[in-house]
Amino acid sequence: MLAYAIRRVGLSLLILIVVMTAMYGMVFLVPGDPASLALGPRATPELKEALRERMGLDQPILTQIFLFFGNVLQGDLGTDVWSKRPVLDQILEVFPNTLILGSVALGWALVLGVLLGCAAVVWRDTVVDRLLGVLSVSVISVPSFVIAIYALIVFAVWLNWLPAIGAGEAGDLGSQARALVLPAFALGLGWVGYLARLIRASMLEVMEAPHIRTARAFGMSERDIVFRHALRVAIVPTISVLAVGFGGILSSAVFVESVFSRPGIGTLITAAVEKRNYPVVMGTVLFMTAFYLMIVTAADLLIARLDPRVRDVLRG
Amino acid sequence: MGMTVVLEVQNLSVAYAMPGGALQAVRDVSLSVARGEVLGIMGESGCGKSTLAAAMINLLPPAARVGQGAVRLNGTDMLRLAPAAQRALRGRSVAMVFQDPMTAFNPVLTIGQQVADFVGAHDASLARPDRLAAMLDRVGIPDAARCLGRYPHELSGGMRQRVAIAAALLMQPDVLIADEPTTALDVTMEAQIIHLLRDLRTTFDGAIVIVTHHLGVIAELCDRVAVMYAGEVVEEGPVDAIFHDPQHPYTRALLACDPAVVDPASGRLPTIAGRLPDLTAPPPGCAFEPRCGMALAVCSQPVPRRVPAAGRSVLCHRGAE
Repeated sequence: MLAYAIRRVGLSLLILIVVMTAMYGMVFLVPGDPASLALGPRATPELKEALRERMGLDQPILTQIFLFFGNVLQGDLGTDVWSKRPVLDQILEVFPNTLILGSVALGWALVLGVLLGCAAVVWRDTVVDRLLGVLSVSVISVPSFVIAIYALIVFAVWLNWLPAIGAGEAGDLGSQARALVLPAFALGLGWVGYLARLIRASMLEVMEAPHIRTARAFGMSERDIVFRHALRVAIVPTISVLAVGFGGILSSAVFVESVFSRPGIGTLITAAVEKRNYPVVMGTVLFMTAFYLMIVTAADLLIARLDPRVRDVLRG
Repeated sequence: MGMTVVLEVQNLSVAYAMPGGALQAVRDVSLSVARGEVLGIMGESGCGKSTLAAAMINLLPPAARVGQGAVRLNGTDMLRLAPAAQRALRGRSVAMVFQDPMTAFNPVLTIGQQVADFVGAHDASLARPDRLAAMLDRVGIPDAARCLGRYPHELSGGMRQRVAIAAALLMQPDVLIADEPTTALDVTMEAQIIHLLRDLRTTFDGAIVIVTHHLGVIAELCDRVAVMYAGEVVEEGPVDAIFHDPQHPYTRALLACDPAVVDPASGRLPTIAGRLPDLTAPPPGCAFEPRCGMALAVCSQPVPRRVPAAGRSVLCHRGAE
């Protein structure tokens, strides 16, 4: 298990190095000079040269990549071209907002999705199952920003129950929680349907397994069979989907964050792209890649933890 | 001796809904087994013996339909009970051991968790680790307490089948149904499980039903045997009587095919020529007639059940005239 964990983390680091190299290489593939872009059309050649020197762009490419890696290893993701603030500081400032939004969104979606998926299995081929199927597909099909806009109109504007914008007052947990409700609802709703479908399909397969027949032959109630025995097997393949989904939720948070003018990685990166603020874009992408790899690796380790067969194959 | 019948199958018919019509897997089967008795159900693949076993605990596949008949457990018809009442009987009054111990356990739960859930469904006091370990110990599992913490894939097939038997016996059921309990095991394991079941006969006071195509299992373990062919019980009676004096041509052919009794010097393994009839449209007469070497003209007519001796029955025109 430990050897597997080390191998798995090593692989993630390798992927990260490839991503970093590819990303840095892209700066050279894209036409145009970062220094001229940063300084604008009216900059003098001397100013551009000075900036290029400061950014290390006058060095040979291998040296540059080497420097880039060295900086990243020291936690330096570069400096914002406009505000001159370190990129990492800006990311760490807003990332907790996105992380909380994503976790709460996926969290409530997981709880409800699993319950609805199991309900569809318990009452399979009945009205309940069909109704859940239709509802699931409907919420999957509607993009989260559409849900966000309508949720905002109904609950914030018409009913005035919840705040329409922002992330709540700093230090006031109540107001932060209230500001989280609508974005988390909008971001998670599609995942409720998706997870319900996924759990249902996974569960139906498990429910056909001989060990479920054994449990039935011992007179276990259908509810205990579904929740205590089948779900434990069915959840394992769902975990990898959840990990990938968490990455997806963090990136799709950009729409919801825009609708609710909520500070976060999404708003940070959109603003940076609009202003051609390359260090911020690169730093954010790199940070998110690293985070994403971390989640996927953690999921793989969790699967090995939950499925003793996987654990033993790895040990063997 | 005073035999109390605990399980009685009465005129049971089970069919599977198929695209080409209903496949009649079990046709008008009547059987009974008494406390302390071991009944063997024997027949080749596809004869309906596993469907019959599943019907005895009313856990038939979704495509199966019970046409008529009853499965009485201590006088109560399982097939007509409410689902909750059936669950209350399963595991406690009638327990089952399945063919493939490799897949019969949940792969992500420990043996202890599963067995505790099985018996805990009826009686939480039985789910205590010490009682579970004591039962595993009784079926010959070394280091039983540690075995409870193991996962199914960490045990051999034979060990898993022992666990399955231990779990089934924990509730002291009235009837234990074993569906091909040794088929998935290798020869050594098979001998061990047969040995275990034979030992259990002395301590277990319920009835045992063993479904198998293995003549050795019948000979070693059973008091009575029912021979099935094409969904029907063609011959039934005490094992000794049937093995020494088979009345039905199919029983005779089946016994002649047993690799254990074939003369190795002959260098040939006898087979029964032909194949099972199409059970979506079973013949009105004897189902074995097309494969029978001694068929008469009358064999295409409906067959009477005769009683050649006390406690025996045979479904054949021969000897009836």
